[in-house]
Amino acid sequence: MQNKYTDWKQALRSGLLGGAIIVLLSLIGIVTAFNKTFIITKVLTFGELLLLGPIIVFSFVAIRKAATKSPGFLLLTGAIAGLASGLVLIALVGVGQLINLRAMFVNASDDLYAIYSYNQTLFFGMILRLAVSGLTGLMTAGFFRLPARIKQALGQALLYIIMMGLMSKLIGTVIASWGFVSLLFEWMFARSGLSIVGAVVIFLLVGGLTYWRYGRPKARLVRDPKKQQLVRWGTLGGLGILILLLPSILGMWFSEILDNVGLFILMGLGLNIVVGFAGLLDLGYVAFYAIGAYTIGVLTSPELGFFNMTFWQAFPFAILVAVAAGILLGLPILKMRGDYLAIVTLGFGEIIRLLALSDWLKPWLGGTQGIQRIAKPVIGIGNFSIQLESQQQLYYLILAGIVIVAFIAIRLRDSRLGRTWMALREDEDVAVAMGINHVATKLTAFAMGAIFSGIGGTIFAAKLGSIYPSSFMFLVSINILSLIIVGGMGSIPGVFVGALALMGLPEVLREFAEYRYLFYGAALVAMMLAKPEGLWPEARHKLELHEAEAPPPQESEPAATSA
Amino acid sequence: MENVLVSKKVTKRFGGLEALGKVDIELKKGAIQSIIGPNGAGKTTFFNCVTGFYTPEEGEILLNGRNITGLSPDRVAHLGVSRTYQNIRLFKNMTAVENILIGMHPHLKSWLFGAIFRDKRTMNEEAEALAEAKRLLEFVALKGRGDMLAKNLPYGEQRRLEIARAMANKPHLLLLDEPTAGMNPSETQEMVHFIRRLRDVLGITILIIEHQMRVVMSISEKISVLDFGQKIAEGTPAEIQRNEHVIEAYLGRGAASGLGEAKAKG
Repeated sequence: MQNKYTDWKQALRSGLLGGAIIVLLSLIGIVTAFNKTFIITKVLTFGELLLLGPIIVFSFVAIRKAATKSPGFLLLTGAIAGLASGLVLIALVGVGQLINLRAMFVNASDDLYAIYSYNQTLFFGMILRLAVSGLTGLMTAGFFRLPARIKQALGQALLYIIMMGLMSKLIGTVIASWGFVSLLFEWMFARSGLSIVGAVVIFLLVGGLTYWRYGRPKARLVRDPKKQQLVRWGTLGGLGILILLLPSILGMWFSEILDNVGLFILMGLGLNIVVGFAGLLDLGYVAFYAIGAYTIGVLTSPELGFFNMTFWQAFPFAILVAVAAGILLGLPILKMRGDYLAIVTLGFGEIIRLLALSDWLKPWLGGTQGIQRIAKPVIGIGNFSIQLESQQQLYYLILAGIVIVAFIAIRLRDSRLGRTWMALREDEDVAVAMGINHVATKLTAFAMGAIFSGIGGTIFAAKLGSIYPSSFMFLVSINILSLIIVGGMGSIPGVFVGALALMGLPEVLREFAEYRYLFYGAALVAMMLAKPEGLWPEARHKLELHEAEAPPPQESEPAATSA
Repeated sequence: MENVLVSKKVTKRFGGLEALGKVDIELKKGAIQSIIGPNGAGKTTFFNCVTGFYTPEEGEILLNGRNITGLSPDRVAHLGVSRTYQNIRLFKNMTAVENILIGMHPHLKSWLFGAIFRDKRTMNEEAEALAEAKRLLEFVALKGRGDMLAKNLPYGEQRRLEIARAMANKPHLLLLDEPTAGMNPSETQEMVHFIRRLRDVLGITILIIEHQMRVVMSISEKISVLDFGQKIAEGTPAEIQRNEHVIEAYLGRGAASGLGEAKAKG
């Protein structure tokens, strides 16, 4: 009986917590703000989802924690948790009727109460709310009593509907750029959210597919290893073509985002060498980005009129200057480690930005006005040359940069030099005792990092056509470092995933308007809690058993030949 | 036979504390020799002076007749001195093979160019290095463990891997800092055999810091005893066991109980 008593308490507590979270979301104003944003048009708003979501989560928690596992009791647990959450909302409304909450919480308005009570009279509406809350808890409990196969299918289908409904505006902009093809998808979306037909189709499609695939082993289309190789290459090729076509598929607006993500990937790959491979915490990495950009600016801008070079003429100089800066920064900080290194590099980053901003260098670097009319890169020869100007064209320049840089990064990682960096990262004293020259090794890391960042800077300058000191704030360094951490320290695919998550997510979250960064922050916290080692952590290569790793020759073969 | 290592009046001070005072130690080629002494006697400081981590204030250290005093640790490693650590210091997040490959560092040449372009010379060098690393793995009985992260290996295997890493440098002189620390008697026995094999098979000159008296007495041809940075005695195990100074400084409360105490420390 003791068990049951604690379970009651547990259910009640979970429910109250869920209710508190709903109240929190309401008072921040999210619920009111998204009351008109439909997930499924005329059926479910995002605001309503925010009122029900926490109940689902917390009644699930209550059910999971319950010690008594009898089905009836679990259903009851869910219902109690849901009702408890509902009661919290009623309490809020009640308090709101008695005293003016708006003095403190702007969003505790009649609008909110109207949403709570489904636009009915307050009394009847709140009873309805309580019932819906309890029912949600009950249904959550019921959901987990379903057979695994149905549970999976249903869960997936609902998840897809919610995701697609939330992203419907984004998906809409993408599809709109497809011309007449867009007509094929129009019926799926309403003015806000999915159309009812669209939701039903997604439900049936996703649910049906999940149900069908459940428990089936991943079918191999082809069994012949040679053909499998072919399939693998085919997939890679298809992926390559997709990446090449991305700007056309996604349209202008997304291309701009892709470009930004691409630049961050470039720089992330560079900083990953310094921080991830060699373990040198560099917080002033934006300096090399600025140096690359400013070198291109000074050398090409006719406004300054010093050199009037073309982009490609100036490019090697930009890289040389970046390398020189990398080594120059590296020299004084060779003996520093950890926190001290971080502080000094942070200072270096700021020094470069302040130099660009200074009156002293204004005749050369333009001070606050920056540098305008930076040359765009031209590709091709003679009559067959084009100037890369639009975001979609620049995408290919960035892509080419990423391919080259990623290739170099992978080769470096798997080399003696990469090993040396990692040894230095793991234990500098021991590495040196093994004969590693820490001066040369660290400087090489800094120089490589500077090159990659410098390349990013040159493209950035060409992309915008003008640069200002304010583009090279400390925050850029932090963003690059964060994307490496989110992706997984020292992992090259991690840089890609991290950049997409960190730079792409805020753009995708635009749907959430002013609450964008709230969700962004929550998503980051959730990511780091779920995968503290990064989204795609680094895996060490197998060297000893490289050959043995290949699948052993099939035993049936020799048997077949002997027979 | 010529001396591999000669230290002449090596003195190292930390502030006012004299960690090493005029220590003379000589190691003949192919010898297995030990340094013993109570905690804080300056044994590890001596290792650090030989490997270049500390520069002694006075005195000289000669390796194969060449003065290496004041050289940086990586230069000393290039000249053929390898060491292990009292508390194992492997590169924990690298695989066993990679650890050994790092030990081979002084013998490899490829750098940026080789890494990016993978020219023939680099590829050959890497292939040979990998083959050699596998041989070493086998030698220290870690065959098949090469792709495990160093931190995931059991304690005894970590010790052996650390020695394999040190040997990858093809050293003239191997410094082992308490190689049997934290081992049970049978593991210790194995380690003693292993160290002997290192010398017998590969002809490496070995200097050991060790606390376990049974190990020291059974393995060493010559023992140097340090106390408060001073060399207070030197000689064969039999001589050391009889030496008054040693008994006073090290095994103070009578040889028998002292032995027990020393073992407990190990």
